[in-house]
Amino acid sequence: MKFTLSWLREHLATEADLPAIADKLTALGLEVEGIEDPGAVLAPFTVGHVKSAEPHPDADRLRVCVVETKFGEVQVVCGAPNARAGMKGAFAPAGSHIPGTGLDLKKGVIRGVESNGMLCSEREMGLSDEHQGIIELPDHAAVGMPVAEVLGLNDPVIDIALTPDRGDCAGVRGIARDLAAAGLGTLKPLAAARIEGRFPSTIGVRFDFPAGAGAPCPLFAGRLIRGVRNGPSPKWLQDRLRSIGLRPISALVDITNFFTMDRARPLHVFDADLVKGDLVLRLSRPGETLDALNDRSYTVETDQVTIIADDSGAVSFAGVVGGVSTGTTGDTVNVFLEAALFDPERTAETGRALGIDSDARYRFERGVDPEGTIPGIEQATAMILELCGGEPSALVVTGAVPEWRRRLTLRTGRAAALGGLDVPADRQRRHLEALGCQVEAASADSFAVVPPSWRPDIEGEADLVEEVLRIEGFDAIEPVSLPRLGATTAPAVDARQKAASRVKRALAARGLSEAVTWSFMDSRVASRFGFQSQALRLVNPISSDLDVMRPSALANLIQAAGRNVDRGLANPCLFEVGPVYRDATEKGQLRVAASVRQGMTGPRHWAAAPRPVDVFDAKSDALAALEAAGGPAANAQVTTDAPDWFHPGRSGVLRLGANVLAHFGEIHPAVLEALDVAGPVAAAEVFLDAVPVAKKKPGSARPKLDLSAFQPVSRDFAFVLDADEPADKLVRAAIGGDKALVSAVSVFDVYQGAGVPEGKKSIAIQVTLQPRERTLTDEEIEAVARKIVANVEKQTGATLRG
Amino acid sequence: MSDLNRLRDDLMAAVADAGDLRTLEELRVAALGKKGRITQEMKTLGGLDPETRKATGQALNAIKDEVAEALEARRSLLARAALDARLEAERLDVSLPARPEETGRIHPITQTMEEMIAIFAEMGFTVAEGPDIEDGFRNFTALNIPPNHPARQMHDTFYLPPRAGAAGDAAEVVLRTHTSPVQVRTMTSVKPPIRVVAPGRTYRSDYDATHTPMFHQIEGLVIDEATHMGHLKGCLIDFARAYFGIEDLPLRFRPSFFPFTEPSAEVDIGCSRAGGELKLGNFGDWLEILGCGMVHPRVLEACGIDSTRYQGFAFGMGIERPAMLKYGIPDLRTFFDADLRWLRHYGFLPLDIPSLAMGL
Repeated sequence: MKFTLSWLREHLATEADLPAIADKLTALGLEVEGIEDPGAVLAPFTVGHVKSAEPHPDADRLRVCVVETKFGEVQVVCGAPNARAGMKGAFAPAGSHIPGTGLDLKKGVIRGVESNGMLCSEREMGLSDEHQGIIELPDHAAVGMPVAEVLGLNDPVIDIALTPDRGDCAGVRGIARDLAAAGLGTLKPLAAARIEGRFPSTIGVRFDFPAGAGAPCPLFAGRLIRGVRNGPSPKWLQDRLRSIGLRPISALVDITNFFTMDRARPLHVFDADLVKGDLVLRLSRPGETLDALNDRSYTVETDQVTIIADDSGAVSFAGVVGGVSTGTTGDTVNVFLEAALFDPERTAETGRALGIDSDARYRFERGVDPEGTIPGIEQATAMILELCGGEPSALVVTGAVPEWRRRLTLRTGRAAALGGLDVPADRQRRHLEALGCQVEAASADSFAVVPPSWRPDIEGEADLVEEVLRIEGFDAIEPVSLPRLGATTAPAVDARQKAASRVKRALAARGLSEAVTWSFMDSRVASRFGFQSQALRLVNPISSDLDVMRPSALANLIQAAGRNVDRGLANPCLFEVGPVYRDATEKGQLRVAASVRQGMTGPRHWAAAPRPVDVFDAKSDALAALEAAGGPAANAQVTTDAPDWFHPGRSGVLRLGANVLAHFGEIHPAVLEALDVAGPVAAAEVFLDAVPVAKKKPGSARPKLDLSAFQPVSRDFAFVLDADEPADKLVRAAIGGDKALVSAVSVFDVYQGAGVPEGKKSIAIQVTLQPRERTLTDEEIEAVARKIVANVEKQTGATLRG
Repeated sequence: MSDLNRLRDDLMAAVADAGDLRTLEELRVAALGKKGRITQEMKTLGGLDPETRKATGQALNAIKDEVAEALEARRSLLARAALDARLEAERLDVSLPARPEETGRIHPITQTMEEMIAIFAEMGFTVAEGPDIEDGFRNFTALNIPPNHPARQMHDTFYLPPRAGAAGDAAEVVLRTHTSPVQVRTMTSVKPPIRVVAPGRTYRSDYDATHTPMFHQIEGLVIDEATHMGHLKGCLIDFARAYFGIEDLPLRFRPSFFPFTEPSAEVDIGCSRAGGELKLGNFGDWLEILGCGMVHPRVLEACGIDSTRYQGFAFGMGIERPAMLKYGIPDLRTFFDADLRWLRHYGFLPLDIPSLAMGL
């Protein structure tokens, strides 16, 4: 919402200067977004009086002028043909920035005569292309006066961001009222007008809304004015509209625009001679068309748009834009003036459906003062009669002012209790009355308040408290720190939130950097990562490559890794802890920790040769994440049924029975090819919600540390077993050989090839025995070894390698 | 006795001459071994008269000790020299690069969220969460944004297909446009007093230099019987000063409009834009950082809380913008690029766990 300072002053008598007004507007919630001062660039130019203009001794076309300025008398050499003694011009002293040339003016000597400034043309001042001569200012302009002021260009344009609840401030008068209420001046009275109709309108108005449509147009007032002259509007009106960026069109249209901006009272004018029959307000019929005054044609697709129609069909989208067929022109002699009330929601929907933003829509969708309808049409009639002449008909009024009075209770203590600001009751009353509320004492400590017709947003006590605080200023509210709940700080996160944080930091410590990628992705890619639920396909995606909610975080990370490689960053390692979606329900959103390593395990190095990343890098990322999440990393079983975006032979699932904790493995080369990312890529996905949270035992004490006083001993074994038998099974069997004594089993060699039969492999393990009661004898060690071998052979079909 | 003296002198000279450990060992065997010269001499003692035997024995023992001591001293010296020689031979070019180890980085969004949580934890808030996919009731209607309300359109909402078998609001499936639905989830599941913050992902269909279709917010909610707007101001002033680490950072509360709060305010922090450089502090200019207000009675009622008894405040703040302001990150869109150069530059080491005790 734009307006100028002088326009505001038409409604507000105030001594306040622009900065004070701007600060108060913002403090009132009418946030000043910008102030543009067209006079600012003209600041160096002041009125100069040319006392003498003698021919230059050495140049026929130049004159040497003595100019009386605010700096005293200054000699200026001027080439303008109209420079002459006695005139008043725009003087700029040496050093001034000349907007028209973009240069700083220098003191100079022109053909031997000193020149200490400049008398400027309109072009030099950046006002127009006029450069025939210097600008001539009126005689009454006083020497030294800013030229911007003389030319009326010193009117700053104030732009405020209007919140959707403040339709009343979509007019300059509403803004003035708020400022006045806040003590920044007084609201000037508005001349009431009551125009006597001289004849009945020949155009009638009727409503034809279906039952159940609500009240698309509660009130419509119209009036025929005969014999108008619709020429250009007067300069003051044109200037006013131009100052806020509106193009003057004709007196009748300019008057409607003026009321829209000045009173937030949209109006419309029909050329009465072009209206066929009466005007009917009704809902649209699908397929109906309108050539609108914004030079575009529209076809309505719904039956929910409020239409003003005549016998020929639609002539206006009510409250949004009028039609060309009944529009006024310079030839208009008889005009039908409309002032109506349109339903905010329906107007907004109409504007949205048709894609039309208009000044009328802006106001109707925020709510227009219902009580301003009749006074508005009367005042507009008065202005039309004044500017265009003519003879008014009686008003045609259809419908009625809808009931807007609400009696609200304001407990005077609420300003302090809710607002944190103790405001004396009489002061609260004064503020509310200044805003147009009717206030009566309802009890010893409460008021009955009826908000004004232009403030439909004031609906309850909290709104009244806000009004009081707004006028006092939120700055007046004393900040109070929240009272502490306890002497020390209690934990703010629960076990799962803490686990997510720990997982992030554990993975980062392992060399992976945290990425945050979109929750959505390309459906064509998603289909390769198990996308199933059509309920996760966005109805209105922002682009076709972000059209579904992601079923996995891996695709985004793999693509990000690919982008890093393309940038020349080798071996990217990335992770993300975030949501993936199985379906659109609450339980369908899972929190995963996803990790991706691409390329080699590190850069080429003189001492540590890197190798390509593989499934075991992914497995250890998965186990690290599980461990950081407090999960049973050591107990998890490994199965080989990872989803099909993994390499079928180099991937696995960590699980506790049916509960899948993680997928890990190398990404399937076909998937990488589809994503256009070079392999190998080792990836893991840990399902953090699936990790069982250890039950919190009372207290923080750890179990007693049980250290054996006896030396552990270790023995190595090599077994030959079927090549597809999992090593994990062998390890578990070795542990099972003597659960009391075996404290650790590690695999230190896996071999296939010469010396091992076809289809078999050799696995070597080191078994650590931890005696608890006494040192083991050789015989005891031998006995345990035999038990281990027997169990491994029984469980896995392996044989001890000779 | 002169024989003994000669024996001593010979041995001592030989020890002093031994050039390496092997020679020294041979010398030890030759002197003190089973067939060594001193040992041999000892064996002859049996044939001497008691007088002489005693004197010669004592002298031999003295020589034996002396030689043994000299041998040990020499051995230690030679061992040290041999070690020195070995170490010298092992000398490496220590200017060579160490074996590579990469430490990853924590994303500024995570770090900022945890910093914010650390501060709000001090004020007694706990962390609440809710899903990204919400229904129209929790995202809008319960927050006093009824169907067809213009504000519902202003949110640039992403929609998912309507939920089958549900009607109206409950059927409308949206990506949450703000973290405010967590307010609704909290108030419908927990009895006041309530103090929660809810960080998380939020979505709006808008993509330009200052908007991304996904972004993060942190919501705050305090509900009890006494919390008023002064507390709202105090809480946010305390927060902003702690978060930005600027003790006198001014905050400006401007009346504004949100359907779910009344009174409502937008909050600016003090800054300077002089010379095109943004600087936070008490410099006279203002920068908007969040919206807040006293929870609208209708929102309380929609969540089953008695609005005649309970009241409180709510606020919603972006995560990315405060992170950009605090850490001087110039471009919002780079947050979601996963560019390792950016992550290494703007990211945080995993051990930088935000805590007020350690300093934010």
